[in-house]
Amino acid sequence: MLIRRPIDIRPSEITDKDFYLNRRKFLRAAALAGGALAAGEAFPAVVPARPRAKLEGVLPSEFSTEEKQNSYEDITTYNNFYEFGIRKEDTYRNAEEFQPRPWTVEVSGEAEVTGRFEFEDFIKPYTLEERIYRLRCVEAWSMVIPWVGIPLADIVQRYRPLSSAKYVVFETLYDPEQMPGQRGRSLRWPYVEGLRMDEAMNPLYILAVGLYGEVLPNQNGAPLRLVVPWKYGFKSIKSIVKMHFSEKMPRTSWAVAAPHEYGFYANVNPDVDHPRWSQARERRIGSEQGGGFRSLFAADKQPTVMFNGYGEHVAHLYKGMDLRKYF
Amino acid sequence: MDTIRQIRFVWKPLVFALSLVPFLLVLGDLFLITGDLGANPVENIQDRFGNWGLRFILIALAVTPLRQLTGWNWIQRFRRMLGLFAFFYVLMHFLVWMFLDQDLTWSAVAEDIVARPFITIGFAALLILTAMAATSTTGMRRRMGRSWQKLHNWVYVAAILGVWHYWWQVKLDASDPAIYATILAVLLGYRLWSRLRLSRRREVHASS
Repeated sequence: MLIRRPIDIRPSEITDKDFYLNRRKFLRAAALAGGALAAGEAFPAVVPARPRAKLEGVLPSEFSTEEKQNSYEDITTYNNFYEFGIRKEDTYRNAEEFQPRPWTVEVSGEAEVTGRFEFEDFIKPYTLEERIYRLRCVEAWSMVIPWVGIPLADIVQRYRPLSSAKYVVFETLYDPEQMPGQRGRSLRWPYVEGLRMDEAMNPLYILAVGLYGEVLPNQNGAPLRLVVPWKYGFKSIKSIVKMHFSEKMPRTSWAVAAPHEYGFYANVNPDVDHPRWSQARERRIGSEQGGGFRSLFAADKQPTVMFNGYGEHVAHLYKGMDLRKYF
Repeated sequence: MDTIRQIRFVWKPLVFALSLVPFLLVLGDLFLITGDLGANPVENIQDRFGNWGLRFILIALAVTPLRQLTGWNWIQRFRRMLGLFAFFYVLMHFLVWMFLDQDLTWSAVAEDIVARPFITIGFAALLILTAMAATSTTGMRRRMGRSWQKLHNWVYVAAILGVWHYWWQVKLDASDPAIYATILAVLLGYRLWSRLRLSRRREVHASS
């Protein structure tokens, strides 16, 4: 793990830890009290179909970063979602007509509980949490995004995976009618991603259903996407229709498309470069609001941090592994 | 007005102004007049300058075939200006990369040029275009004599390196660089074809 020098630590991170945690607990308790009154029970997660509808009963999380969040516009117009096109400026336009309802999620493989579930039923047993995470793209840019979602571990446990389940595999919807990018030959469709079982149980993982306290926009992976803050963005698979418990390591989409460039693990790592570009630094998108002349000079690249700064929570998962080999 | 004066005082300024439009649009977006530069402004202008650099290389390379095929000899007079615009946009692309993307971090700039092949070949193309731009004046052309043409034939290498540079840096889908590559292949193929035809004609003359 990278030992951070004092110069790398942001002022926001120097807040006294006890004070910080207490504040989080207070917020959580306040949200619980307020929400319980309104719902009368422990907040079943409800996500309306209507775009930009407000999500209710969202708890804050101690895993959230205090860093400055990217604007809603940055997050919803600068997307890689090849199902809707290769160019970032096409993605949100091509996703406009997409219908994320009705939606079902199929759970299959090495688990006691399997079957097809309506999206509404799939998420109902849990409580929504806001998780403000850094996102580091393999293209060497990054954002800070306030997701709303459900801890993946809670979801996985509910289906009681067998001991033979070594990996969780996710699949994106395959629907070339609605997803024009799938008519092209850029990646092999449907998009496949996966995690090792012990990774999947890490509390940082969420399946996101919202952004900025609202329903998740289509271009960001509506209605249900994975968010993996310590791995490159392409691990965070969007518009999920399938969750499969597998004995074998899945052949994930980018690793199939370019095996020497993208691996299964894809942990953010400043010391292991992409074969064609450096991963040592990253550009924080939109450091200067509103674009314009100053935005060109305001945003110096910043050093990339091992595991995108989430090492204390995840470094143990990769103990003893050669991360140059398992990139 | 005779044709030469008309080209000089009407058409050249017009082509000059048109060639400047992509640059002015970047400025317009920069100052939020014509639009904006999106979430990643540096990448946005770097890509736009790079694209226009390649387009002007191809446009300049199209002048000679077009002249030969149509007999419009006057278009030859625009070739230098179009080539200089190619150099201008490629240079802007490079400067944006060096000053704004790499923040003038010399170690990173040097490392990228040496260690990243797609940047190495892009840089090599820039060096060729720089040498051509520096020797583009009529005086230089006269002074250099035969070596001038030799130097300026390197434009073919620069064009190939430029398209290759673009092709090499796309993540996955190469359909955009493939369009540039196809046009370049046609332009270079034409030259090869007309040269072969010429030498065959000479052979026929020699044997008869």
